[in-house]
Amino acid sequence: MELIARAAGAESLAAHLQRLGPMPALPSGALIAELEASGLLGRGGAGFPVGRKWRAVAERAAGGAVVLANGAEGEPLSLKDRSLMAARPHLVIDGALLAARAVGANDIIFYVGGEHATAQAALRQALAERPGDVRRRTRIVTAPAGYVSGEESAAVHYVNAGDARPTTTPPRPFERGVGGRPTLVQNVESLALAALIARRGHAWYQGLGHGRARGIGLLTVSGAVNRAGVHEIELGATLSDAAAAAGGLRGDVRAVLLGGYFGGWADLHEQWGLPLDAPSMRARGLALGCGVVHFLASGTCGVEATAQLMTYLASQSARQCGPCVFGLSAIAGAAQRLAAQSAQPGDLDRIIRWSRQVTGRGACHHPDGAAALMQSALQVFADDFVGHQHRRCLTISQPARVAVA
Amino acid sequence: MGEVLEIDRIRCDGHGLCAELLPELISLDDWGYPIIKPGKVPPSVVEHARRAVDACPVLALRLARTAAAVAR
Repeated sequence: MELIARAAGAESLAAHLQRLGPMPALPSGALIAELEASGLLGRGGAGFPVGRKWRAVAERAAGGAVVLANGAEGEPLSLKDRSLMAARPHLVIDGALLAARAVGANDIIFYVGGEHATAQAALRQALAERPGDVRRRTRIVTAPAGYVSGEESAAVHYVNAGDARPTTTPPRPFERGVGGRPTLVQNVESLALAALIARRGHAWYQGLGHGRARGIGLLTVSGAVNRAGVHEIELGATLSDAAAAAGGLRGDVRAVLLGGYFGGWADLHEQWGLPLDAPSMRARGLALGCGVVHFLASGTCGVEATAQLMTYLASQSARQCGPCVFGLSAIAGAAQRLAAQSAQPGDLDRIIRWSRQVTGRGACHHPDGAAALMQSALQVFADDFVGHQHRRCLTISQPARVAVA
Repeated sequence: MGEVLEIDRIRCDGHGLCAELLPELISLDDWGYPIIKPGKVPPSVVEHARRAVDACPVLALRLARTAAAVAR
């Protein structure tokens, strides 16, 4: 396991160096070239190529850039970033130091969710083990709780002005970020993987993975499985492999939430052989996102589960953009009525119309993600939604579906 | 080269004047916030678009060259 440790507690600097050796002194251009050749994609959710992102910042930096290591992890079903920071803080720090060298940054900010106390303590301890010149250039900023706090413009806004709400883009952080300087905002898992690629070369990373997929990654598996938690996979492993890694499915499962609250529902039987890697999933209209895999037991109503998710996402709007503030709460309200079997005439039709309308109409992508989740639910649980429009829950009225394996 | 309508969603308060002045390209959702028809502003309505931009009480609407819009 490269990213998660079997031993409890954080890895010390001595253990880290003994396991991996010193950080290589690659010049900036060579390091970015290695990352580009590795094909590493960002793990915060958007899956943007890491090498290309570093290059964009390096080209604008003129020595004055900032690196913001993003460990906010506000996604309720994701645990992988906090687990990584808690277990391998030095690998994350290495990645941030390499990024700083590659893009021409003096300052490094670790932006860590306030509720991730163990991760934050591990990073603080790990930084204390580093030499003074590293300590002087780095600081930890506690990210406020909330789903949107980790969005990159929100992270920059918080560091600049104490306000963790997204800002209107452009300019994007790579153009004008912390203190007005070009800023690389990079998820902590992406940084840890970059630190491994820097040591071992792109060929090592390219040599991992199943099928056409390349590399490794972290998943957070939850729901109807025997051993929920964070699991490291070679990308391209299937959904069935992910279930096996989590100790197998517990009972009968019908649907799976992929990519987290920003991802979407998929039919388990259709996608049992789905390769878990960003390009394969995108080709099927799905998203790996931040690596969340949540199995929904057949006895749980998909309409109800979706109403809960939409209620949460509506509550997490930064409340800046009208279509997000009003649209998401209206969708959530109608979904709640459907779930509670108290639908008003036309609720389902309105949800369909609203979830199309809010897409692309926020400063950040929060409404887009929420709408995509809603639309995936309308597909995967199509019969259930129609049933609920007629105030009838199929999960209860068709007990055959609740069969326990 | 052409122009596209861009809107600052944080600034927009849903006054709705834009939809009145430029119904060809802008409609309103159930809460009064603008839905902009995607694509370039046709030359025939560029003048109306300019008027809508000028009329926005919170300066949330603007006309931008397409190159910038593509880069975004």
